[in-house]
Amino acid sequence: MKQLLSGNEAIAQGAFEAGVKVGTAYPGTPSTEIMERLAYYPGLRTIWAPNEKVALETGLGSAYAGVRTLVAMKHVGVNVAADPFFYGSYTGIEAGLVIISADDPGMHSSQSEQDNRNYAKFARIPFLEPANSEEARDMTVLGFAISEQFDVPVMLRSTTRISHSKSALEVDPDFLPPQPEYPPYPRNPQKYVMIPAYARQRHVVVEERLKKLEAYSDETPLNRIEWGDRQLGIIASGASYTYAREVFAGASFLKLGMPFPLPRQKVLEFAAGVEKLIVIEELDPFIEEAVRLLGVEVHGGKEVFSILGEFNPDVVRAGGQKLGLLPSREEPPPPVTLPLAPRPPVLCAGCPHRGVFYVLRRLKLIVNSDIGCYTLAVLPPLATTDTMGCMGGSISMSYGSELAGRPKRAVATIGDSTFFHSGVSALLNIAYNRGRTITIVLDNGTTAMTGHQGHPGTGRGTQGEELRSIAIEDIGRAMGLKHVYVVDPHDTHELHRVLETCLEAKDACLIVARAPCVLLPQARKQIGPPYWVDPDRCNGCGLCFSLGCPAIIKTAEGKARIDPLLCNACDLCAQVCARKAIHPGNE
Amino acid sequence: MEKANFLLVGVGGQGTLTASDILANVGLQAGYDVKKSEVHGMSQRGGAVISHVRFAEKVYSPLIALGEADYLLSFELLESLRWAHFVHPKGTVLVNIQELPPVAVTSGQAEYPERETVRQELSQRARQVLFVRGLEIAQELGNARVTNTVLLGALSAFLPLAPEIWEGVILETVPERYRELNRQAFYLGREQIEQGV
Repeated sequence: MKQLLSGNEAIAQGAFEAGVKVGTAYPGTPSTEIMERLAYYPGLRTIWAPNEKVALETGLGSAYAGVRTLVAMKHVGVNVAADPFFYGSYTGIEAGLVIISADDPGMHSSQSEQDNRNYAKFARIPFLEPANSEEARDMTVLGFAISEQFDVPVMLRSTTRISHSKSALEVDPDFLPPQPEYPPYPRNPQKYVMIPAYARQRHVVVEERLKKLEAYSDETPLNRIEWGDRQLGIIASGASYTYAREVFAGASFLKLGMPFPLPRQKVLEFAAGVEKLIVIEELDPFIEEAVRLLGVEVHGGKEVFSILGEFNPDVVRAGGQKLGLLPSREEPPPPVTLPLAPRPPVLCAGCPHRGVFYVLRRLKLIVNSDIGCYTLAVLPPLATTDTMGCMGGSISMSYGSELAGRPKRAVATIGDSTFFHSGVSALLNIAYNRGRTITIVLDNGTTAMTGHQGHPGTGRGTQGEELRSIAIEDIGRAMGLKHVYVVDPHDTHELHRVLETCLEAKDACLIVARAPCVLLPQARKQIGPPYWVDPDRCNGCGLCFSLGCPAIIKTAEGKARIDPLLCNACDLCAQVCARKAIHPGNE
Repeated sequence: MEKANFLLVGVGGQGTLTASDILANVGLQAGYDVKKSEVHGMSQRGGAVISHVRFAEKVYSPLIALGEADYLLSFELLESLRWAHFVHPKGTVLVNIQELPPVAVTSGQAEYPERETVRQELSQRARQVLFVRGLEIAQELGNARVTNTVLLGALSAFLPLAPEIWEGVILETVPERYRELNRQAFYLGREQIEQGV
């Protein structure tokens, strides 16, 4: 049966067909849907781990224990998981382990544009790169075979455009995966206990393995030459290959499905068979540099196909024209020149984060923030965030400011899922060192930005099943914190009062600002009737506009009006209105 | 029809992605190779949403090149302008009559374009531009959420694909209790074009 699947769905299908028994992940765009999908296949266990390091260590553990395992994360998640990523290369595995790195060229939803192909080379791990959903499925299946044949974790590198594009593949709805027997647990300390004496021996194995993988890379049909017009040869992989195939329709191609280790003989054969050779790849010159090291002349690479941003057919065409390889065609239509109001993502009407940032702005504190929907508070009109860099970084950032001895106080804002991800150890650091930093956990009861996945605070698993729920305030108290407060972020007066108390305190403070994400069913059930503005009382002062709520509209007279279809009755605008012009319920 | 490129644009929450899923599956059922591409994540928080759908005997790129969209199906007036440079000069633009002013407009920092301005700008760029009563028909049916199905009905009137294929895919996609509503929405959208807007 032919089905349209996204790259992420196809990876899950491949994992199922390969007989995966364990799947672990921390949600992160563009990788999230892999584990969401895998969770509903029969006969396997999937978990949301609190972070990518835990996900990969759990995955290594189950691959050591003899079952095929899939671990999925976004590109920056591999930074968090880098430690086990490297030692996993040294130890190898007992059953196949495939690690998905979903990169984000163009940074649609990320803080960096890092090219994770470098990780594969760095850790001496082979990687595969699909160009569509069918390949995503097939390469996942094959990845497990390669993993077991060469005793190595295999990285499958996707990008946003592969993960989130749908294309057709044949799926057998009655497929039943093989049921492997458990092998004995390996008692093999020379391989699995990385004390220096053993690790030195394993490094030798790793380098020898790389040579064998190079030979495999030259043989595998994953790397294939497609002869066309011999005047131009193009080396490409992934999404770049799909753009190049359309823009340079008649050219010869070396399509790399396994770019590392590079198939040297195939590259040399291809280079010898074409007049001019170019390399088209997003982000770093990863393939280009390896090709140049072979002494092959590259007629066009990073000097025309930018190191920045995501490619598309137009970017690839422009590069080809710069190289004189394509006739200059008519200019494509220009964008509309009328000034168009931008439409950036915004905090939803009734979002519980809004009240927190409104109060923080009034108190004029340094705000070290973190990764989640609330990062949007950096934009006007809330404009309240001073720093943000990586998951869990906010708390230590504020503590660093405290150590620096600045007179102005810093406050950390961090979401609940992000707190469990890597904020816990940062709070522990402050508790231990007797810091007095204020941490606000924006606890909306879900991993909101990636689409409502479970985490330890929710007590819900990959299928929504009930697990154990861990309260953030209990963690603070267990660390010995004396100032632990749970507040409703929709109550700005209470939040303000608690923050004033914390600013006076001589010890670390933890504020749990708890109200469910307004998109969650339990929140939607409790939403009251929309608010309304009394036009006779409203004088258009603009205080409520400064909340950046999409439901508050400026009328032609400059006064406020509330769109009843959008309002989620959070009461925030009524609290900030100095004229008491905003009321709950119908007019 | 040898091939067709569709660009579906709108605002997060309007059902644009569901509509592009349905369209892509219609193409698959009609025997085409199909690719569809969009970006999830931050763009869902009320931001601009764009989805590329391509039909052909063989499709490589999931993205449409500038000036190569045969159909622009816009769920919102302002958004039709934001992506107008994707439209082929011989292309068709269908715009749902619905205005969703972004925060920059509601807070008075930017202006929302006049409907006539939108029409003029699009008419310079495409062979035909039609304003469709998608939202209005959906509201008459009692559920604004089927606006996307009305718009698919309107789009279907331009394509040489049997309405039964569309109906089948729509009924497969939507929850059972909304099937009849969506079937009506689809045919009302289709009739609107057939009878002339």
